[in-house]
Amino acid sequence: MSFEPMRLGALWRKEWIQIRRDPASIGIGVVLPALLLLIFGYGISLDALRLPIGVVVEKPNPLTASFVAGLEESRYFAPHPYGSIGVAEEAMSRTKVEAILWLWGDFTRRGLREGNAPLSLIVNGVDANTARLMEGYFQGVWSQWLNWEAKTSGEPILTPVDVESRIWFNPALESRHYLAPGVIVINMTLVGALLTALVIAREWERGTMEALLSTPVSVSEILWSKIGPYFVLGMGGMAVSVGMAVGLFGAPLVGSLWVLFLAAALFLLSSLGMGLLISTVFRSTFLASMVAVVATFLPAFILSGFIFDIGSMPGPIRLFTYLLAARYFVALLQTIFLAGNVWTVILPNLAALSLMASLFLGIAWKKSRRSLE
Amino acid sequence: MRHRIFGLIVKELLALFRDKRSRFVVIGPPLIQLIIFGYAATFDVNRIPYASYDEENSGVSRDLLARFEGSQVFRLRGRIHSDDELAKAIDRKEVLLVLHIGRNFSRDLFASPPARMQVIVDGRNSNTAGILLGYVGQIVANFNASWLPLHGIKPPPAVLQPRAWFNPNLESRWFIVPGLLGTLTLVVSIMTVGLSVAREREAGTLDQLLVTPMSPLEIVLGKVIPGFLVAMGEVTLIFLAAIFWFRIPFVGNLFALYVGLAFFSLATIGVGLIISSISMTQQQALLGSFFFLSPAIVLSGFSTPIRNMPELVQWLTFLNPLRFALVVTRRVFLEGAGFAEVWPPFIPMALIAAGSLLGAWWVFRRRVG
Repeated sequence: MSFEPMRLGALWRKEWIQIRRDPASIGIGVVLPALLLLIFGYGISLDALRLPIGVVVEKPNPLTASFVAGLEESRYFAPHPYGSIGVAEEAMSRTKVEAILWLWGDFTRRGLREGNAPLSLIVNGVDANTARLMEGYFQGVWSQWLNWEAKTSGEPILTPVDVESRIWFNPALESRHYLAPGVIVINMTLVGALLTALVIAREWERGTMEALLSTPVSVSEILWSKIGPYFVLGMGGMAVSVGMAVGLFGAPLVGSLWVLFLAAALFLLSSLGMGLLISTVFRSTFLASMVAVVATFLPAFILSGFIFDIGSMPGPIRLFTYLLAARYFVALLQTIFLAGNVWTVILPNLAALSLMASLFLGIAWKKSRRSLE
Repeated sequence: MRHRIFGLIVKELLALFRDKRSRFVVIGPPLIQLIIFGYAATFDVNRIPYASYDEENSGVSRDLLARFEGSQVFRLRGRIHSDDELAKAIDRKEVLLVLHIGRNFSRDLFASPPARMQVIVDGRNSNTAGILLGYVGQIVANFNASWLPLHGIKPPPAVLQPRAWFNPNLESRWFIVPGLLGTLTLVVSIMTVGLSVAREREAGTLDQLLVTPMSPLEIVLGKVIPGFLVAMGEVTLIFLAAIFWFRIPFVGNLFALYVGLAFFSLATIGVGLIISSISMTQQQALLGSFFFLSPAIVLSGFSTPIRNMPELVQWLTFLNPLRFALVVTRRVFLEGAGFAEVWPPFIPMALIAAGSLLGAWWVFRRRVG
């Protein structure tokens, strides 16, 4: 294997000219990350606020009024009164409201004292996550009101044990803060795999790869010439994404910038390596792009721990996530952004990323060498 | 003319299915994704690793903590004996949650309730954190409810009775898998149709098509119909897998589901064709598909509710056919809806389909003319 700086330089120049003349690659490298970050940043939010809830009060009295007022004050609910449970159920099946609070029968001070005041909450369970969050919020409003009611009526305090929660790294539980780092991962996955998958597959398809191979350049020189310029483009996209995450979405960056970029560099290498591998194996733009999308975008979205908790997935799938570079990058970014330089998290994940990068690049190199012969 | 279009359809289907790899790409990945994502895309939180930090170690505190050990949702990872260890355990992601009981817990409990249990949560994933705090609240509420009568204090005034319609155990798989029916169909039809014209342009076969006596309308139809057949085939495949593999209850009207998804596929095929006829190369077509696909999936309500988005973005989602398709699939699957309930989203999908197909035809005529 020969390695000549001169030849590599020439190949890099060729690649740069190609990039400059084809607006698509600049589009993928810089415009796509910015656009995606905008869409994801504004589009993805798991903070359910002002949930429409139907309220049916069968026997209105001061007590029910004060409870409904408590519900109204909560930032999580927007109550709509209904005359009867039938009307409210009708509204829920037309998805006008997401839940129904049904105060039926004896919801009075006497009822409360005897401990059998009926309080039923009916939620629309189709969106299970929102439903579960809603139940939690409701529980909070309910126990807050109980405490307040106990205090004003002079009754003894009703709750023996109280939970005092402290949430580290993201006290207000703003989902945007934890999603912004994840969005960067999706960005970088796409950029890396798409850039290379398309570029190399196109050279095979057009036959220019054969032309390149017939020159004295070595396989590794060709591979590096493909990786170098796109690496630079991808890191540019990374800088844009980080800038937007911090500047626009207010994600705190607690850890250091150089660790962040080191992680990004390793991740980009592994995703460029995967792109190279895909395009060397498939050799047609159509197939390479299909596979790149299937193998990168959706797994990074669903299996990386970006939105869905990996710990809760079934065993075989949890094992499978170890094969995805995105998984390590998500863990790194969430820690670097929100918790800081926690080396016990950072080092193993960096090691895993370097392993994946060398693995993909190694296989890509072997495959393209074999296809030479 | 019918004969000619038929020929085009056969040609298009052959192009997709004759090549072994391309056949695999159309059939394999959607199924693999359905299986993996059907299992993985879950908001259900379980096996939550936690540690207990019991400074008092009394009968009551052990009682309370035992309720967590016995829970299906939590997994005890160890006990902690100092604040230092606590910080480390959370920082290093060894546990998501630490239950901290202070030294005066039982004194407070008997003399001046409420006694406090401190719960320290890793907020790096805010959704998980919110849900597991809900679980903690439930366990403590149960503890309270059983503690009161034991100590001669009247029971809590009312117990909250939550009940969930359509999905009684709140399984998020029931939410995600019907969603995948729309999402995966969208991906496949945009990718196959979106690249088809650009591929023929690059290969030069488009010019060959244009010199035949076929009109642009016939050529467009020759792209739309096979795309539609592939999309509906995909729908059937995923539908069967959802029912027989994932055992998602299907309580609605099958015909309504198919009609809704037919409008949806036509809309996506129209968008795919527009992208395809605008692009000069496959790379540009792919890029265009991406510029459409990623916002379409993110802004559809597939994984996160549309209601949480800023108002402006919510308006934007009305242009997204997937948004309406998801309403149809979920309501038909889980709520048992039929035509009477789900016809409203048919209208915007039909409008998007009509608009995009006419647009595709117009673009195609200009581009090749």
